Formats: sequence, C-alpha cells, structure tokens
Amino acid sequence: MTESPESPKPPVDPAAAEKARRGRNIAIALGLVAFIVIVYAVTLIRMGGYVAQRPL
Amino acid sequence: MSKPAAIEGRAASQPAQWSDYLQLLKPRVMSLVVFTAATGLVCAGAAVNPLLAAVAILCIAVGAGASGALNMWYDADIDARMRRTRARPVPAGKVPGAEAAAMGIALSLFSVMLLGMTTNWLAAGLLAFTIFFYAVVYTMWLKRWTPQNIVIGGLAGALPPAIGWAAASGEAPLNAWLMVLIIFMWTPPHAWALSLYTSEDYAKVGVPMMPVARGAASTRKQILIYSLLFVPICQIPAFTALGGPVYLAVAALGGLVFLLLAWRVFRSRAGDAPDERIEGEDRLYAVRAGSKDARNLFAFSILYLTLLFAALLVERVGRIAPLELLA
Repeated sequence: MTESPESPKPPVDPAAAEKARRGRNIAIALGLVAFIVIVYAVTLIRMGGYVAQRPL
Repeated sequence: MSKPAAIEGRAASQPAQWSDYLQLLKPRVMSLVVFTAATGLVCAGAAVNPLLAAVAILCIAVGAGASGALNMWYDADIDARMRRTRARPVPAGKVPGAEAAAMGIALSLFSVMLLGMTTNWLAAGLLAFTIFFYAVVYTMWLKRWTPQNIVIGGLAGALPPAIGWAAASGEAPLNAWLMVLIIFMWTPPHAWALSLYTSEDYAKVGVPMMPVARGAASTRKQILIYSLLFVPICQIPAFTALGGPVYLAVAALGGLVFLLLAWRVFRSRAGDAPDERIEGEDRLYAVRAGSKDARNLFAFSILYLTLLFAALLVERVGRIAPLELLA
C-alpha cells in the first residue's frame, strides 16, 4: 500500500509552543517531586521498624 | 472539515501538551488494571502499610501505562489507518514515536524497580513479565500474526490481580491465579464482541482479528464457546474460600445474563456483510440488529467483570466471610 506524501506542516505559533513547553516542564517537575517524596516515604516506612529495634 | 483533516490540522499547528503524553499511558485501560490489582491486594488479606499499598498500586498502574506507550509507539502505522485509533498522540503527529518509546522504557524500569523496593521482587518480576508480554509478545509478535492474538495476549491484562496479591503477601497462591484465569477467559468474548462491529478497520490494516481471519460466523460460535467456559469458572471462587455469598449471587445471576447475551450474539448476524438479496433500508437494519447484540455483550462484559471484582472487594472490606463449598 502506498502512503500519500505528507503535506508540509504550517508553522507553529511561538506563544503556543512556549505555553505547551511550560506545561510539559511543570508536569515533569511535579512527577519528579512526587517520585522523590515517594522514595523518601517508602524508605522511612521500610527502615523505620529496624531503626526502632536497634540495640541501644 | 472532515474529522481526520481536523486532527491533522491540530497536530500540525499545535505543539504537544502534557496531556498528550498522559494519553500514551491509556488511562482507561489503566483504570481497570488499578481496580483488579487493588482487589488482588485486598483479597490477599495481609497486613500492609496503607502507603506501601498505594505505592504498589501506583507502580502497577504506571507499568501498565508504560506498556501502553510502547504499544502506541510500535503500532502507530496501523493506528493511523483505523478510525478508532487514529486520534492517538503518535499517529496524530502530536508526540514523536521515539519519545513515546523512550517514555515507555523509562516508566517500565522505574515502575518495576520501585515496586521491587517497596514490596517484594516476586511482585516486581510479575510486573516486568506483564510489561514484556504486552509490549513484545502481544504487540510486536502475536497481534499481526495470529487470530489467537487476544486469547494469548489477554494474559497481560489478566495478571494485575496476581501482582497485587504478591505485592501484599509476597506469594501468589491458587486463588490469585483464579482471579487471573477469570480475566483471561473473559478477554476473548469481550474483545471479539467489539471486533464484530469494528472488523472493517482491522481488515483494512491487515490485523488478523478473528472476524477478519475466520469470519463472523466462526467468531460468534467461539464467543459462545468461551462464554460457556467463562461463566462456570466465575463460580469457582465460591468453592475456594475466595468469594462469599455476595460474590456467588453476582457471579450466578450475572453469568446467566452473560450467557443469554452470548447466545443472542451467536444467533445474530453481527459482523456479517449485508445480505445482497435484501433491498433498501431493510438490508441496513438486518446487519445493525446483529451489531446491537454484539454491542450489548461488549458493554455487559465490562459491567460483569467490574461487579465480580467489586463483590470480592466489598466482602473483604465488609468482613463477609468467604464460602468454602468444597470443605
């Protein structure tokens, strides 16, 4: 099957591109912060019991 | 402006939004995965820290989403030519295929590693196997090769309850695999009912879905056979100390409705080409009537599976003792 040749894309609006990039950056930042918080909380829970039981 | 032209126009003039990347994770499929995995986790009956349980479910959801992203990257060529899938981010030109693949691989690694560190490596191993099975075995191999694609590939969608169970208890006993078996046997009648009224798309792109490869009549017969096997399997949890009276009532009554709808699909002409001898509007309605039976089974199959797992959840949360009819 032959594909029809792609039509040239119209230029992207710089303001829209900037807004979309900012949205993506914020989403990545929130994802990273969530990941860090999760690893921190999981570490506390998983290690907490052992710390409490250590010989004093 | 026609719909495809509208999609292309948006793709060409607007850059990718964060929500386009979220769409790569197939949020609707993810919701079913979250629900069945959570049911497995709760049914394990192990004492789990609530935060660790939530992180485990998140990992399973993200792992399922990652395999969805890999699927969208690999299948972009056929997705672009099917009505149901051509608005997806990669075929619509919103997200480059390479970015979808990179996101899929990265999220797969993160979700498996985090699940292993949060719970145990049996659960993480099952999640890794699920991602591999869906992205490689189903998407890259089975889907374009055999009409049994969704029968075998359905294992990937069936595994989340076992992952949830393993995450909670560190083991995967027979009852966990019984939940897997229920979803595994549910997939063929569910997916084939859908394909009976979307088979034109699959034929166009050369995917050998059952109605395309073996014909609508054979598909309707196989839907009935799988339904006759599936409904009795749904009753088994009442005999193995997994399901209680609420579950048994839902499984039995819903099972009867499921069989009735499967029988109607079997007797219908769903998926058939219009009969040349019938003329005018009658011809159109003759085929549409069959499609309605297939749509009914497709819709009820989702409701039935949801109710079965909801019944298990309600019984565990409400402390309703499971039945042991074999004991």
